[in-house]
Amino acid sequence: MKRFVPLLITFIVGIIVLSSEFIPHKPFSSVNEGLENWFLIISGFAIILGQLSLIKVNSMKVADKAENWKFYLAGLIAFAVMLLCGILWGTQDAKGLLGNGDLIIAILGKKPFEYLFSNIYQHLSATMFALLAFFIASAAYRAFIVRSFESTLLMIAAVLVMLGRTSIGTSFTAWLPQQWKFLHLPNIADFIMNYPNNAAQRAIMISAALGIVGSSLRILLGIERSYLGGSD
Amino acid sequence: MSNSKVPKQIDRRYIYLILLVGIIVPLLVPLGFVSEVSDLSKQVYDLVESTPESSVVMISFDYEPSTATELQPMSKSIIEHAWRKNQRIVVLALWPQGVQMAEMAFADVLKKFPGKQYGKDYVNLGYKTGGMVTIQAMGRNLREVFPNDYKGTPLDNLELMTGVKNFNQVGYMMSMSSGDPGLKQYVMAAHDIFKAKVSGGTTAVSAPGFIPYVNDQKQLYGLLGGLKGAAEYEAMIGVKGTATSGMDAQSVAHMIIIIFIILGNIRAYKIRHLKQ
Repeated sequence: MKRFVPLLITFIVGIIVLSSEFIPHKPFSSVNEGLENWFLIISGFAIILGQLSLIKVNSMKVADKAENWKFYLAGLIAFAVMLLCGILWGTQDAKGLLGNGDLIIAILGKKPFEYLFSNIYQHLSATMFALLAFFIASAAYRAFIVRSFESTLLMIAAVLVMLGRTSIGTSFTAWLPQQWKFLHLPNIADFIMNYPNNAAQRAIMISAALGIVGSSLRILLGIERSYLGGSD
Repeated sequence: MSNSKVPKQIDRRYIYLILLVGIIVPLLVPLGFVSEVSDLSKQVYDLVESTPESSVVMISFDYEPSTATELQPMSKSIIEHAWRKNQRIVVLALWPQGVQMAEMAFADVLKKFPGKQYGKDYVNLGYKTGGMVTIQAMGRNLREVFPNDYKGTPLDNLELMTGVKNFNQVGYMMSMSSGDPGLKQYVMAAHDIFKAKVSGGTTAVSAPGFIPYVNDQKQLYGLLGGLKGAAEYEAMIGVKGTATSGMDAQSVAHMIIIIFIILGNIRAYKIRHLKQ
């Protein structure tokens, strides 16, 4: 029963949503709209669930003094500080429990939540993403080596696209006469992106779509049950 | 083969240091390289340009600060271009931090357009979870998903929102997107179901995956790809913003990476030669 009811709900809801795509009339369309609203409400609760899960998992790591537990503690503190700032003094134009925090705004120039967001979170987040550039540079040096025909093709395409996408690369071939413009680096980069890349991307998309259809059918028919949390 | 003859690998710390210098110097001393405008970026520009004045348009901020370097300049350029055309902008976010990114972008652009008013020239609907289902529901009835703006003001009390019921009243939709949910979901729901005009920008790393959507069916009206796309848009609207200056740094960084690739191959060749 514990498994049968969720499987039955999944099957019925799936069939209704699927049917409404092919029969966009009542009752399918109206039931589908209702289901969409349910989904939006459940998604909202999922955020709360995620936050609770975050607190639980991190608290357990800290309590158990797991490896690197100090980082989990830092995460929890950051979460609590942002949450409290938002609740006490609000975000943007919305007031918090203690109003807008005019005194704090006079000192910081912003609400505490906004101040932390724009002065700490934003920069930390951008830094994490920017670090990728350094790893890519190091990885490119080690990995983009001519070993086979395929790796040579990959390397040549990568270098041409990189050059074609930079302002310096553009200036290398800007002098080419009009009849040779197809060899202009941005044009070569565009060609690689629009034809070989496009063909490969479409193949990947079609394959992925077929895979999704297959796995969706498995879920609808109750063959795939891992989303229920069990192994069977 | 003696180990002493094998060329050593460059210490990754040197690579990092050289790259760091290569990025910082052009940011401090702009080199002034000019980016050629690609057809993909031109299509986005043409969409904004060809949309009639006073049209209501929609911009979805589907990113967070990590990708702001690439996407925030795009957002600001689109807002500026739309306002130059007197288009009215409805903003929403499918990512939680998108609301703050929108606020920051508007705060910057408002300095150039002090006369623009909230509620009349732009409205921020805020963040909504749900991804593609949210877009589908908005396409049927915007007020069902967003009864109020992010400040809690009912949409019916906002002048801009008068008569805006669904995508039929929206000139075009832009998604500034760094992942899911984002531009892909707008293509699948807003365009493919409701036939809305969809365009947008993505990070450079995601851009190749969106090019198939720029096709004869106009699933996407062009695409701004990464910092280059942002710099191209700045060039088209005649603004020298952070993307333009950032392109110098990115160009130098790309050149450094290419040089390291060449060095890596020379080393590999030497090792192969020694082995033989």
